[in-house]
Amino acid sequence: MQNGNKKSIAQWSKTYAGKKFYTSILFLALPIVLLVVFTFIPALDMVIFSFQNRDPYGTNPTFAGVSNYVTIFTDKDYLETFKNSLYYLVGSFIQQALALLLASILCSKIRAKGLFKGILFFPYLMNGVAVSIIFQRFFLKGQNGLTPDGTLNTILTALGLDPVLWFDVDRPFLANCCLVFISIWKYIGFDIIMYIGAIQSISPDLYEAANLDGANPWQNFRYIVFPGIKPIISLQLILAVKGAISVFEIPYITTKGMMGTTTFVIKTINTAFSLKKVGLASAMGIILLIITIIVTFIQKYFFREDDGTPKESKRSRKGAAR
Amino acid sequence: MAQNENKDSKPLYIGSKILNIFKYAFLILCCLVVIVPILVVLIGSLKTYKELSNTTVFTLPEVPQWENFKTAFFTQNILLAFKNTAIIIVVSCVGSIITGTMTAYVVQRFNTYFSRTVKTAFLIATLLPNITMQVTVFQIVYKLGLYRSILAPIILNIGTDIISIYIFIQFLGQISYSLDESAIMDGASYPRVYFSIILPNLKPAIATVLIIKFVGIYNDFYTPKLYMPDDDHVVISTVLYNLMNATSVQWEVVFAGIVICIIPTLIIFLFLQKYIYSGLVSGAVKE
Repeated sequence: MQNGNKKSIAQWSKTYAGKKFYTSILFLALPIVLLVVFTFIPALDMVIFSFQNRDPYGTNPTFAGVSNYVTIFTDKDYLETFKNSLYYLVGSFIQQALALLLASILCSKIRAKGLFKGILFFPYLMNGVAVSIIFQRFFLKGQNGLTPDGTLNTILTALGLDPVLWFDVDRPFLANCCLVFISIWKYIGFDIIMYIGAIQSISPDLYEAANLDGANPWQNFRYIVFPGIKPIISLQLILAVKGAISVFEIPYITTKGMMGTTTFVIKTINTAFSLKKVGLASAMGIILLIITIIVTFIQKYFFREDDGTPKESKRSRKGAAR
Repeated sequence: MAQNENKDSKPLYIGSKILNIFKYAFLILCCLVVIVPILVVLIGSLKTYKELSNTTVFTLPEVPQWENFKTAFFTQNILLAFKNTAIIIVVSCVGSIITGTMTAYVVQRFNTYFSRTVKTAFLIATLLPNITMQVTVFQIVYKLGLYRSILAPIILNIGTDIISIYIFIQFLGQISYSLDESAIMDGASYPRVYFSIILPNLKPAIATVLIIKFVGIYNDFYTPKLYMPDDDHVVISTVLYNLMNATSVQWEVVFAGIVICIIPTLIIFLFLQKYIYSGLVSGAVKE
């Protein structure tokens, strides 16, 4: 490099370093422009806007100090969204447990494994809007002579129970539970596949040894499978926090956030595009970003140690920070 | 495995049999929970309006109404939605494979200060939450004059596609350096190495990215809804959304629409099942 400085630019361009530089510019120009324009500038804007009062078109923004942040943590409407995230957080714990159970069943000796796996996974690939419509049909409570009961109420009636109005303005708890159910229905397949992958990566020798010792399926799970997939379970549980606060599509399409089912992201989008308060929405975006960063930090910090290379990664992270 | 089977088939204890029954019962129950809601919609899509409002959800139609599908496909813009979705998918995929592989090549192979900085920049970008970012991305798209244009989702799909870059980087790490080194020794230029060595070797990763992108864009709802509010720019998600929120909803047509929209996903899933499992998981683990 030091010698390179003394050479002329024309000479330097013929060295490998020079060629690498040209190729880098050629190849990275477009991706970097896109990254800056559609990711970094918006992110920077978001920080600035979060301290302003402004509309989506940016006419006459005024400085607002931290009032946007204060609103989010004091206004009842906004605090409600944090509460609603808890439904999804609990839901995702249930989802993980259920996925783990299904994955361990699918890893045992079972006929038609592929079929079961495929059926359970397929909703994950389905269009969110289609899923929402399917479940509006599912949770429908019929009106006499106008519409018949939805799937669930038909089943309940057949079992001799009374049909229930699932999406009821007066019962946000029930409506939120239904939305959590839809979200588990759609996303569980992915976790199942991931847990199957994790379980299958455990050495078969361990099972064999356990079998010789006469271990029962529960002991197999408790002492072989569970320790083997513990890192991935804790990873999932940490990511659940991020997931719970970022819930958007299913409640947005199914209930439009009405009936007390607003989530943090729905509120952000509505604040920006319906209420036209971009400053406030930006502050919400920043809060979500901070939560994401904390979660990612915890994830990175704990998971490097599980890899068995904690020191190495810490060193390289310090290097990257400089 | 064979040994295990022999051991378990002996009735060691009665518990194992009960456990087996429980396993199947639970699996079948879960599968029913998945299938029944979809099945009801399929049945509904074959009913007349009258049957839909007078019979229970499980009652089969007297005469299957295939016209519902025709109505949905031709008069309700679904055909147009398929066309627009296809354009967005094809252009975005081509664009993000070109930019993604080029970025991954430079970032992974050139160990320069510049390439390391770029890598860090992309790493930081993965942290930014996608949908809330639209609050400010919208203003930029609006200023660039891309609002109400099909270009908006395309450019956003290409420009914010950090997951594919990661898949490419990860995959490139497994391809030996010696190939490109020997090509460089033989006098090949870096772009030449990219086109004749890197790109062909990345084929499996490209397939993975294509699957992830297809599923992602086909199901993407909010980007098209926000940036393309016009009726001639509808995509699959927005056409269903509009059908659902119309003033007088013809449910039998909506259901037919859902069935039509699920069919491509189902076909792709049946044919590419294996790649989808591994592809989607590899895409998410890196995140």
